[in-house]
Amino acid sequence: MSRVRVLVGTRKGAFILTADGTRERWDVSGPHFGGWEIYHLKGSPADPNRLYGSQSSSWFGQVIQRSSDGGKTWETVGNKFLYDGPTGTHQWYDGTPHPWEFARVWHLEPSPSDPDMVYAGVEDAALFRTTDGGQTWQELPGLRTHESGRLWQPGAGGMCLHTILLDPAQPGRIFIAISAAGVFRTDDGGKTWRPMNRGLRSEQIPNPTAEVGHCVHRIAGHRSRPGVLFMQKHWDVMRSDDAGESWREVSGNLPTDFGFPIDVHAHEPETIYVVPIKSDSEHYPPDGKLRVYRSRTGGNEWEALTKGLPQRDCYVNVLRDAMSIDALDPCGVYFGTTGGQVYASPDAGNTWRPIVEHLPAVVSVEVQTLP
Amino acid sequence: MIVRVVLPPHLRTLAHVSGEVKLEVAGRVTQRSVLDALEARYPMLHGTIRDQATQQRRAFLRIFACEEDVSHEAPDAPLPQAIATGAEPLLIVGAMAGG
Repeated sequence: MSRVRVLVGTRKGAFILTADGTRERWDVSGPHFGGWEIYHLKGSPADPNRLYGSQSSSWFGQVIQRSSDGGKTWETVGNKFLYDGPTGTHQWYDGTPHPWEFARVWHLEPSPSDPDMVYAGVEDAALFRTTDGGQTWQELPGLRTHESGRLWQPGAGGMCLHTILLDPAQPGRIFIAISAAGVFRTDDGGKTWRPMNRGLRSEQIPNPTAEVGHCVHRIAGHRSRPGVLFMQKHWDVMRSDDAGESWREVSGNLPTDFGFPIDVHAHEPETIYVVPIKSDSEHYPPDGKLRVYRSRTGGNEWEALTKGLPQRDCYVNVLRDAMSIDALDPCGVYFGTTGGQVYASPDAGNTWRPIVEHLPAVVSVEVQTLP
Repeated sequence: MIVRVVLPPHLRTLAHVSGEVKLEVAGRVTQRSVLDALEARYPMLHGTIRDQATQQRRAFLRIFACEEDVSHEAPDAPLPQAIATGAEPLLIVGAMAGG
């Protein structure tokens, strides 16, 4: 029977949750790296026991951890993230030029075919890659040195490159997203990049339809439909049917279109999930009700999924990397909250229950489907 | 010279050591030579005390020697004789946090 392994990054360590394919009984291991912020953990699709973790702290900086046995044991690997060449400046919060400064790794995206190749999205925004299992990291500087880079500015959480999508159909095509610059795409493996933000509208910036400057929170796609992308922007849920060339809003009947994560059903490429959050100044669900919203039509028409989720007095947030979907049938949907709960649905969102309840604030959730 | 260094708890965990560490330091005993020896012996500590790009001490760490804060001394300034001889340990201390 297949198994699932859920990798949970929190403000104070990593946790690994495992279950068989019924997803009823869960074992919890951790905390790993207790006391450190774990922004992201992710496994290699090519070797599921190869895991990578981003461990950081305001005191001690960035550490990268690697496991070759599914998280039972870990070893530190390289943590030297040096920008390639002159760093230049981006905009600071007050609009003045500010030099690029490395702060942390937000997201690790292993190659689908090579366990030793991993992309890392970092703050201040740049894309790095390792081809030796994390021992050394090289920047792909074409992104940071894009002519628009001097106009990028940090969101409240820092100027982070938080999303990396490797196109499953077109080698060399990568989508990334930066808060607050927007979506960029390369078709040549990272040498050159183009902003892909046409159709986005953000009232919080001087020109609401500017080419860059949008606070994109997350993008997601389905591997069977590589040209179709879904986006949770700061406000607005968007979709693109032309590989990011243009976007249109699909917020439809959502109670609020602010939020952080967005993800796609494992087997239905038009079924998507978001977690509406009341506003950017009130980072909790509307009306104290934690509801996942599902659209089976690729957006616009949404249904609230509430069975098993708290429907009163709930004021947690769900962060951008804290939702994941397994590949079983029916697929399981998982998300973690800033209140330390990880909820799972073994039936594509119809019913939910917490599989662990009292962790530190959850930053990231990734699920692996194992043979 | 054998120099004794006391690491903050999180770095002891990261380096898989308990208690203080003893380091062979060649030449003059300075903050830089001690940290170089520490990172050579425990490569996982690279970047955790000094920034990888600038080699500046990380802002939330301080370095104490013989009950003095030497954090702002020049990195190549000699440390006190008691540190150089191993009579006293060099303390690497994390800023206190919490309410």
